[in-house]
Amino acid sequence: MSSSQSQASLSALADRWLPKLVLSPTLLISLVFVYGFIAWTGWLSLTESRLLPQMDLAGLIQYQALFENDRWWTAVANLGIFGGLFIGCTLAVGLFLAVLLDQKIRSEGTLRTIYLYPMALSFIVTGTAWKWMLNPDMGLQKVINDWGFPDFTFDWLVDPDKAIYTVVIAGVWQSSGFVMALFLAGLRGIDDSIIKAAQVDGASLPVIYWRIIIPSLRPVFFSVLLILSHIAIKSFDLVMALTGGGPGTASDVPAIFMYQFAFTRGQLGLGAASAMMMLMTIVAVLVPLMYMETRSAKRG
Amino acid sequence: MKRKQLSAALLAATLLPATVFAGEVEVLHWWTSGGEAKSVAELKKMMTAKGDNWKDFAVAGGGGDNAMTALKTRVVSGNPPTAAQIKGPAIQEWGAEGVLANIDAVAKAEGWDKQLPPVVSQVMKYKGQYVAAPVNVHRVNWLWVNPDAFKKAGAKVPTTWPEFFEAADKLQKAGIQPIAHGGQPWQDATLFESVALGVGGPAYYKKAFVQLDQATLAGPTTLKVFETLQKVKTYIDKGAAGRDWNLATAMVINGKAGMQFMGDWAKGEFTAAGKKPGKDFLCVAAPGTAGSFTFNIDSLAMFKQKDAAAQKAQADLAETVMSKNFQEVFNLNKGSIPARLDTPMDKFDDCAKKSKADLTAASKSGGLVPSFAHKMAMPSATEGAMDDVISQFMNSSMSPKTATERLAKAGKVH
Repeated sequence: MSSSQSQASLSALADRWLPKLVLSPTLLISLVFVYGFIAWTGWLSLTESRLLPQMDLAGLIQYQALFENDRWWTAVANLGIFGGLFIGCTLAVGLFLAVLLDQKIRSEGTLRTIYLYPMALSFIVTGTAWKWMLNPDMGLQKVINDWGFPDFTFDWLVDPDKAIYTVVIAGVWQSSGFVMALFLAGLRGIDDSIIKAAQVDGASLPVIYWRIIIPSLRPVFFSVLLILSHIAIKSFDLVMALTGGGPGTASDVPAIFMYQFAFTRGQLGLGAASAMMMLMTIVAVLVPLMYMETRSAKRG
Repeated sequence: MKRKQLSAALLAATLLPATVFAGEVEVLHWWTSGGEAKSVAELKKMMTAKGDNWKDFAVAGGGGDNAMTALKTRVVSGNPPTAAQIKGPAIQEWGAEGVLANIDAVAKAEGWDKQLPPVVSQVMKYKGQYVAAPVNVHRVNWLWVNPDAFKKAGAKVPTTWPEFFEAADKLQKAGIQPIAHGGQPWQDATLFESVALGVGGPAYYKKAFVQLDQATLAGPTTLKVFETLQKVKTYIDKGAAGRDWNLATAMVINGKAGMQFMGDWAKGEFTAAGKKPGKDFLCVAAPGTAGSFTFNIDSLAMFKQKDAAAQKAQADLAETVMSKNFQEVFNLNKGSIPARLDTPMDKFDDCAKKSKADLTAASKSGGLVPSFAHKMAMPSATEGAMDDVISQFMNSSMSPKTATERLAKAGKVH
């Protein structure tokens, strides 16, 4: 009698504490290694740290220096151009490919693999390959010139005003297959009966996509936006491999700025300040998105 | 009995590392390419011959940026290597952090003050005490010339800027790219500093880029430097953006281009392609810089060691690095010249011999100046800010006047 009672209370205790116990190590690790380091970076950005970290607070001087730095504003403007175009084009291309693949065509599996494959490459490989293809001396331009069109020029890679757009091209090529796969999964999850009902009502295929299918992909849009915007903001390897931030500093982005100032120029404090600004950008994108999503989930 | 043996073994096992690693030197470096790796292997051999243990700590890539990051981690965690490849004012920055070891005892005993040009030994000292040992001297203000291309174009090897532009025009007319260049920030800065030294002379150079004198930086000479650079720019092909320096050298090697502004490491590319100095390629001082010498010195900075055996091994390392034997072998492999002035030069080629003669002469005449494009002249923050201005100038239609103003502003960053 008493033994079964104690067993019951023990299992109740386990019910209450086991989940917490199981989750605590990962929680602790995240707290220390993600949030702890964010806090540390935030602290560093308020100090005069140069080569090595220093711990005496110095106010907002690093942010002031950051906002007076021309190169930082080049990097921010480039992030705007790259982020906007990369997210926009990848979404459009990915959705378009998904809609095409959704037409119950033959050998869909093979096509899907072909489209998805670029995602398996690292950004470094993508960047290096596109660097060769876009190089006016040996890539696309030369091939077309050799085909008998000597006036054809495509030298965006070495043009300071256009170099950032080559990063967009390579980024879109890399990520649209992945976005396509996400959309395709979303498309396949839509209830057939709604579409059939629309067909009975005489709606054409484009109308069905535009009015019914795409609106019901809302949750997929949310995930895709989230993934793409953080890829855009933290983009470093692709730019490094493709243009090296150049010509000059023309295609600089905040991540490269942060790395160079923190680690190669002995301005750790300034680097930390720029890292905090990147974090703020992510938060600024994330919070409204999360808010919208949780509100719509409640309504739904 | 058995237990006794066991405990003896255990005791030995705990003591063993202490005795084995007693005289260990750990050297952090990024000499990982062909000739460089060979040079390091030589140092290892010499250290092992002295009975010290060598522990290699090579971090490749990023022009040493990766290595510096690794070094910071080690120093912050209180476990610095014996020595690390640090150069120029960075030695002072590390010295200010209070982590460098004083190796004055070795330097005094070996008479380093007599063997090194004063400008060089200054760089190796922090607050008047030796904290680093130089391994080589690179000359940065070289102009590499393809004589066949010049012959084809009927041009003369230039020694002044007017002659340079004349030759460049002739090359262009003959369908040869006058200048091979790689449009990366450090290469832009390398070109800029050769132009600055040629146009302004060593006195201007020192005032502007070593003392960071505002009036000089914002003055008419800087404006003239940028105007000359703007003209030089027109002889560079559009594909230069992002090109690696060795690909630019290859253009000179195969006659596609006539000249390249680059330090003496370019020689390695020529000799690797089987070319002979003086015959297949020429090394001349950049226009207007004949009596001057822009130096880039690699050095090993010594870090404070706690235990006595490690300190002894460190002293051995410093002594070995500065030995004539090592200086000769290392630099034969690397393409540079020995930092130690009394090293025999008979095994070196003509370019190196000329470099050595110019170094000795420039050291006496005051024409020996540190290369700022290679982190020898100013704090890394200032140098970075200047590099930004120069590479923006090279890659945009910025006017020389604006560039001068911005360069002066960059001189205030530190």
